[in-house]
Amino acid sequence: MNPPADADVSPAVLTVDGFQCLIDELQRRGYRVIGPTVADGAIVYDDLASVDALPRGVGDAQDAGRYRLTRRDDEALFGYAVGPHSWKRFLNPPRLKLWSSRREGDGVRVEPAPEPRQPLAFIGVRGCELRAIAIQDRVFLGGRYVDRPYDVRRRGAFIVAVSCGTAGGTCFCTSMGSGPRAQGDFDLALTEIVDAGEHHFVVEVGSDAGREIMAQLPSRDATSADCRQAERIVAATAASMGRSLPAEGVRELLLDNLDHPRWDQVAERCLSCANCTMVCPTCFCSSVEDSSDLASEETARERRWDSCFTTDFAYLHGGSVRATTRARYRQWMTHKLATWIDQFGSSGCVGCGRCITWCPVGIDITEEVRAIAAAPARTGGSDHADGHAQD
Amino acid sequence: MPMSDPMLPQVVRVLRRRRELPEVWTLEIEPASDAAADAPNFEPGQFNMLTAFGVGEVPISYSGDPQRSQRWVHTIRAVGAVSTALTRLRAGDVLGVRGPFGSAWPLAAAEGRDVLVVAGGLGLAPLRPAIYRLLAQRRRYGRVTLLYGTRSPDDILFRRELERWRRRLDVDVQVTVDHAVGDWHGHVGVVPALIARADFDPARTSALVCGPEVMMRFTLAALRTAGVAETAIHLSMERNMKCAVGLCGHCQFGPTLVCRDGAVYRSDLLAPYLPIREL
Ligand SMILES: Cc1cc2nc3c(=O)[nH]c(=O)nc-3n(C[C@H](O)[C@H](O)[C@H](O)COP(=O)(O)OP(=O)(O)OC[C@H]3O[C@@H](n4cnc5c(N)ncnc54)[C@H](O)[C@@H]3O)c2cc1C
Ligand code: SF4
Ligand code: SF4
Ligand code: FES
Repeated sequence: MNPPADADVSPAVLTVDGFQCLIDELQRRGYRVIGPTVADGAIVYDDLASVDALPRGVGDAQDAGRYRLTRRDDEALFGYAVGPHSWKRFLNPPRLKLWSSRREGDGVRVEPAPEPRQPLAFIGVRGCELRAIAIQDRVFLGGRYVDRPYDVRRRGAFIVAVSCGTAGGTCFCTSMGSGPRAQGDFDLALTEIVDAGEHHFVVEVGSDAGREIMAQLPSRDATSADCRQAERIVAATAASMGRSLPAEGVRELLLDNLDHPRWDQVAERCLSCANCTMVCPTCFCSSVEDSSDLASEETARERRWDSCFTTDFAYLHGGSVRATTRARYRQWMTHKLATWIDQFGSSGCVGCGRCITWCPVGIDITEEVRAIAAAPARTGGSDHADGHAQD
Repeated sequence: MPMSDPMLPQVVRVLRRRRELPEVWTLEIEPASDAAADAPNFEPGQFNMLTAFGVGEVPISYSGDPQRSQRWVHTIRAVGAVSTALTRLRAGDVLGVRGPFGSAWPLAAAEGRDVLVVAGGLGLAPLRPAIYRLLAQRRRYGRVTLLYGTRSPDDILFRRELERWRRRLDVDVQVTVDHAVGDWHGHVGVVPALIARADFDPARTSALVCGPEVMMRFTLAALRTAGVAETAIHLSMERNMKCAVGLCGHCQFGPTLVCRDGAVYRSDLLAPYLPIREL
């Protein structure tokens, strides 16, 4: 996505009907349009045929280990926080064939799996999710080797971001600097205004592609009053957030406390169920599985999401390197908040709160950090600044 | 296609298979079709991902001579489904290969210094390409010592080669076994114990270490006691691997990815994390 050539494309105002035109225009241009909708009592991401599929008037109540949809007293289309899905399921599908092979004479031919033809359009990407996509970009595209399936899907994706008008019960994006305002790599960014009979979106253009599409939609220029109203909504969301993580020093804190007693305590509660990794928008770990037909004429390799909470994950020499829940929880949390920085140059957490909401026993990553920070015991035996030993 | 897919294996043929030990086989295979034709087309210490079609893919180090670019050599212990399937391949059979991956033994940096090679068990295989290079360029190094430990005399890998190297006057080769049986007259005990007796100048020694993790921990301690600098010690780490290209997350060891930052590490970078259990 290139920023628009004309740097000061002024914000526009789009009505709810105009929003339907946006979906129509994206479909006309060949995009597979995906956005939030209600299924099985939760907000999930799925193909959107029209604006009617959006969760109109739906809100949510979230807390550690709890999630429930609610009825809002307005008709907002984006009046809820993030649910169990994230965009990673489209950029890096949970199951994906990588290649197949076929026996030919006395040899074997490897065929790459077919690639999707249709570009993706995401509707309703929140600020934390923009950051999560940027983090996965670093993992999959930023290293020496580029992940081809991700690259193919990500390259052509059109992103319609939405700033949050309501903080979710477990969010802490403000402290992570990733929200509630949609910032970063988007084509269009919307702030929904539902107020005193008014219902429209203030739209910011983030790319040439976004500008081209906006030009096709019925809209008017935003006034400074419109923009101020949008700013106020986002500021109110930021102010109402209940949780936070310290901005500095978490990496050092965790790496210095790899043998902290708190790991034993959290391990007594953690079920090692892997929910947190499945819902986390940045968790990217995967495994591969090979299969073959009975005659071994054809074989295939499939990639599927994996989790550091499974015992097979770190299997080596007939056992797991991380045999205990303590070690697995520690691996997950230190990876998110500490070693991710070493590996990929940023934190692996965007503060979306999903891991807190969807943990069946309500383990809260912000609370775990606070507990260690409250009684740090420098036990890691490491000097991280320069990587030197310090026995 | 804008770029190649690092997850796609190249199909190559087995040129030769040789049995080393009851469960250990050496495969000589064609190099990947996109590999450079000139020698060397891999560095000692690197590894490949080998696919037994329909069964799976596993990381296996190079064990052959880096000067021989026409065949890639891998020494494999059959421990599970994939490694067993690989060791059953015969000359002419096909397998998949991706690589080379990973870091290399620091042989250029060790020039002009004494070199201490410490291997445990099958850890001798990933070190053999380094030994070939040290011997091929023998004049560039000071004293060269190989310390090798294994379970019993029947488990000695590359035995004939070890005997050949032992006959040379410019290398010190010491072999020890945990349990002596039969007519074994050599050392008995663990390999770190040999370090105190070896002849090298700690101030100008580079050490290359590969073996089971416990063996490497004890070796590290013995090398420190002997006065070898932490920055002059290199270890090869092993972790579960699914992609070898930094994309699957399986091979994490503390802040590092073994497939990307290792498998060969300078030991001072690992020292803070090696003592931590279940990391
Ligand atoms: C960098 C590196 C170099 C290696 N070099 C050699 C070598 O030169 N010769 C050799 O015989 N072995 C080597 N190994 C170990 C070899 O990869 C394992 O023995 C092999 O993966 C076992 O797979 P399996 O399916 O046969 O066994 P199983 O025990 O059935 O393994 C099940 C799965 O666990 C994983 N796994 C199990 N053990 C290991 C292990 N030790 N390392 C990594 N993944 C493992 C694999 O993904 C495997 O698919 C190396 C490992 C690494 C990481
Ligand atoms: S660790 Fe938790 S809060 Fe952070 S990005 Fe992942 S799911 Fe969201
Ligand atoms: S922290 Fe919670 S969600 Fe994550 S594995 Fe443990 S019990 Fe499951
Ligand atoms: S093996 Fe996949 S990240 Fe290292």
